[in-house]
Amino acid sequence: MSPTNIFAPVSTPAESIVGLSIFVLATTAVVFVVVFGLLAYVVIKFRSRPLDGQREPPQVYGSTQVEMAWTVIPVLIVIALFLASSRVLASIQNAKPPAGALEVIVTGHQYWWEYRYPSLNIVTANELHVPVGVSTFITLLSADTDHSFWVPRLGGKTDLIPNHPNRTWIDPRETGLFLGQCAQYCGTQHAKMLLRVYVDTRQDFDRWVREQQRPAQNGTSAGQRIFESTACINCHTISGTAAAGKFGPDLTHLMTRETIAAGAAPNTREMLHLWISNPDAVKPGSKMPAMGLNDRDVDAITDYLETLR
Amino acid sequence: MSTSSLVLTQAQARPLTLRLHGWVTTVDHKRLGILYILYALVFLLAGGVEATIMRVQLIRPHNDFVSPQVFNRMFTMHGTTMIFFVAMPLVFGFANYLVPLMIGARDMAFPRLNAFSFWMTALGGLFLYFSFLGGDGLYGAGGAPDVGWFAYAPLTAKTFSVGHSTDFWTLSLFSSGIGSIGTAINLIATILCMRCPGMTLGKMPLFVWLNLVMAGLVIPTISPLSAAQLMLLVDRYLGGHFFDTQAGGSAVIWMHFFWIFGHPEVYVLVLPAFAFASEIIPVFSRKAIFGYPVMVVATVAIGFISMSVWAHHMFTVGMSAGANTFFVLSTMAIAVPTGIKIFNWLATMWGGKIRYATPMLFCVGFLFQFLIAGLTGVMLAAAPFDWQLANSYFVVAHFHYVIVGAILFCIFGAFYYWSPKVTGKMLDEMLGKLHFWLFFIGFHLTFDFMHIPGILGMPRRIYTYEPGRGWDVWNLIVSIGVIFQAAGVLVFVGNLIWSCFRGKRAGNDPWDAWTLEWSTSSPPPEYNYAVLPIARSRRPLWDLKHPEDPDWRYE
Amino acid sequence: MSAHSVAWGENASDWRLPPRGRVGMWCLIGAESGIFTIFVVAYLFYTGKSTTGPQPGDVLHAPIFYTICLLASSVTIHLAVRGIAANRMASFGRWWVATILLGATFLLGTAREWIHLIFDEGLTISTNLFGTTYYSLVGLHAFHVTMGLLALSIVAAFYFSGWLRREHADRLEILSMYWHFVDAVWVVVFTVVYVIGLSR
Repeated sequence: MSPTNIFAPVSTPAESIVGLSIFVLATTAVVFVVVFGLLAYVVIKFRSRPLDGQREPPQVYGSTQVEMAWTVIPVLIVIALFLASSRVLASIQNAKPPAGALEVIVTGHQYWWEYRYPSLNIVTANELHVPVGVSTFITLLSADTDHSFWVPRLGGKTDLIPNHPNRTWIDPRETGLFLGQCAQYCGTQHAKMLLRVYVDTRQDFDRWVREQQRPAQNGTSAGQRIFESTACINCHTISGTAAAGKFGPDLTHLMTRETIAAGAAPNTREMLHLWISNPDAVKPGSKMPAMGLNDRDVDAITDYLETLR
Repeated sequence: MSTSSLVLTQAQARPLTLRLHGWVTTVDHKRLGILYILYALVFLLAGGVEATIMRVQLIRPHNDFVSPQVFNRMFTMHGTTMIFFVAMPLVFGFANYLVPLMIGARDMAFPRLNAFSFWMTALGGLFLYFSFLGGDGLYGAGGAPDVGWFAYAPLTAKTFSVGHSTDFWTLSLFSSGIGSIGTAINLIATILCMRCPGMTLGKMPLFVWLNLVMAGLVIPTISPLSAAQLMLLVDRYLGGHFFDTQAGGSAVIWMHFFWIFGHPEVYVLVLPAFAFASEIIPVFSRKAIFGYPVMVVATVAIGFISMSVWAHHMFTVGMSAGANTFFVLSTMAIAVPTGIKIFNWLATMWGGKIRYATPMLFCVGFLFQFLIAGLTGVMLAAAPFDWQLANSYFVVAHFHYVIVGAILFCIFGAFYYWSPKVTGKMLDEMLGKLHFWLFFIGFHLTFDFMHIPGILGMPRRIYTYEPGRGWDVWNLIVSIGVIFQAAGVLVFVGNLIWSCFRGKRAGNDPWDAWTLEWSTSSPPPEYNYAVLPIARSRRPLWDLKHPEDPDWRYE
Repeated sequence: MSAHSVAWGENASDWRLPPRGRVGMWCLIGAESGIFTIFVVAYLFYTGKSTTGPQPGDVLHAPIFYTICLLASSVTIHLAVRGIAANRMASFGRWWVATILLGATFLLGTAREWIHLIFDEGLTISTNLFGTTYYSLVGLHAFHVTMGLLALSIVAAFYFSGWLRREHADRLEILSMYWHFVDAVWVVVFTVVYVIGLSR
């Protein structure tokens, strides 16, 4: 089945929404059956027959009782739907982080996701790891235009708007990889700003945290030298080295990720090489510039990046 | 010069240049109405091509029919074109042509303002399409806008939209906005001040009431859009900070200003569709409209409530729970008067003797589809549900269900119903039915199945999508539906052209109808009425045809 | 069956509807009010939110004298229209010209204020949120005053060339509605910018 089906929730906000939507769907289905039934009946029963001739049917101008009936009943339906919606709305929007909740700050960029875990001192990009069975509360910021964080099986979407911090939360009760993507048009490569949320067991999550907290192994490889002396360091950070740029994703633990370019390509040597030499071939219109390096240098940098675990 | 010059007859021997000059300088409401409608039909084809390009690109995942840059321009231009240069001109065109005739007047209140308004609207379309010239040269100095039809800040700031593409969008909407406000002023003054003797507000056809409320709605609706466009120009050219988030400005305030326009705008479009249905359904059911006073009150209620629902487009933006809750309530509330109207139309058909000529086929399609559109709207009004559905293909399906399934279907019906009056010739009934069925099939193939990818997590405005998300087969079906819709529209355009030359003569009153426009010749003389009529009831011609049972005994 | 009168039995000449010029002008005023409302909302929303640059309290001084001029011009235009309706053309001419002079004085005052703000205080439309919203709102109003003065001047030209007559009184009253609207907008702008904006 679809990995992004809103009717396959694994987290409380998504589940509350499914509950509400079933009520709404059932109500609207009943309304549809009744009104469509009336329409079908009228369309068939009152069609003019050839034998009708020129006589006009009796002219009926209105009826107060009938108008009252079909005003009052819809008003009652509206009230019921409104109350149900308000209850779920409040339960999701007013939720406070319980003790032990994880805090993550998500910053949207054209066209990638930045993740910071302030209490764990972790900065990473594009692939979000959270522990199962625990609430994760997310602060949503933007570095440039509007974006929207939408992982349907985990919760409804909330926008990332510059100068307007937002909050959302998830509490997945199943492990696995949950997919989504940016849901507010943000420019040329909006379509490839994909979301990958890894819900880990407690042990796997702790292991991932330890990996992320290690600084990069500092060395003297040719690739690292080239990386540190070209414009790469203007945009990217590799902690423990001279690279401290903030415009692009943090690469310190690049090889712990399964994809690159916010999910647009698998994290393989071949794709890394292509991404560095010709980003437009992978994600045309992304903000990664073609670095104009020769093949040997790109090879060296790729070798270096492959050491970033 | 009468409007029968639309039909080539041997009687008019004036040279082509003089005839064209007559059209370009006209202030006659009937000619301006025709100009609006022809203008809209040209842009309908342009917008249709843009839609087709998008659906070809989305027919399978990771398709490369067009680049992301081109695709993003396509959805921006498609939306802007269809709303501002197809739907609005059609609505204003029909109102222009029919309102004076229906109220027994000889023209609109301000004929020169009428012409000015049309040409300002036309200029807007020119601005928008001029943007295609110039291409990507030097920082994208040309190039069509690609910021989406609602152009959210700060994507429209100079930093994120270099070049002039956004400015073409801004100028286009500012210019056509002036035209819209001019037409609204004209309609209100005409309807309030120029009704024939005896036609009190309670005796006007519902068509006129609905256009009055529509015009009244245009005034507080378009003015916020014009203001927002001015602010955007200040930001882009004078270094202003209205929407500059880096200087403490707010991206959300653009959304508020835009949707304060954007939501009532859809009521500006749908009220005239209701107007068409409220004239066609009674005539083809052979019964007076059921509940005229309630229909008027419901219309006015819709007009007022529609100004209080705008932020249901912003449920995901992070407003407080209190604000979100208010907009849930107001949005659901508007379903009540809207539902009442559906019931009144059904009650009009109840006990009637329904004739299924092409206008009525389209109106029955409208009733069926508007019911569904309204119900998916109720789903979207439930804010938490909207947190999943917003900005997905479910919303795209919903609003196309309203704009195409309800509004365009009524407009098609209006064409078949009133073009005999305008041209003096009937449209071909067989081609009409073919048009209906082709378009009906295509519409449902595309827009029924489009709800599903939304439910399965597909956002809108993406130039391609990932395989393995379960969206592939639905996108394929959606794209196939385009073929049938295109075929239907081509049949329609062919029918329009063909009937101008070979259509059956219509006579004054081919449908045996009851409102004043059917008392004039087809087409009407330039002055409409040699002697102004005096109205005694809502259906003056019914009274004439049934002197033993006139309406004014029962109203 | 062409333009067929449906027999009514009542006198068609009793049929009275509102005058279309007035209805049209009210609609125009409605539309313009919509535009101004959005600029006022933006001004109020952004009050106190400028992160840098001159703040309203530092640089704004309420233009009392020029406000009185503009509001007085509403009185003079009203007297002018009353004059022409009673066929007192000389009276009309005096009061009409007075209206134009008072309106022009107001614009002069705005110009002086802006010159001071730009060159002495360093506040431009791009300085900060205050600058953007202030110049836009006051500027939009000044633009409408300018358009009004243009129309009034054209009428003055008609008057001085002898073309104006008593039967034009009605149209001049409709034009004066626009002028009153421009003054009413100034009352709102003044309150928002110099009273509410300064009190926060």
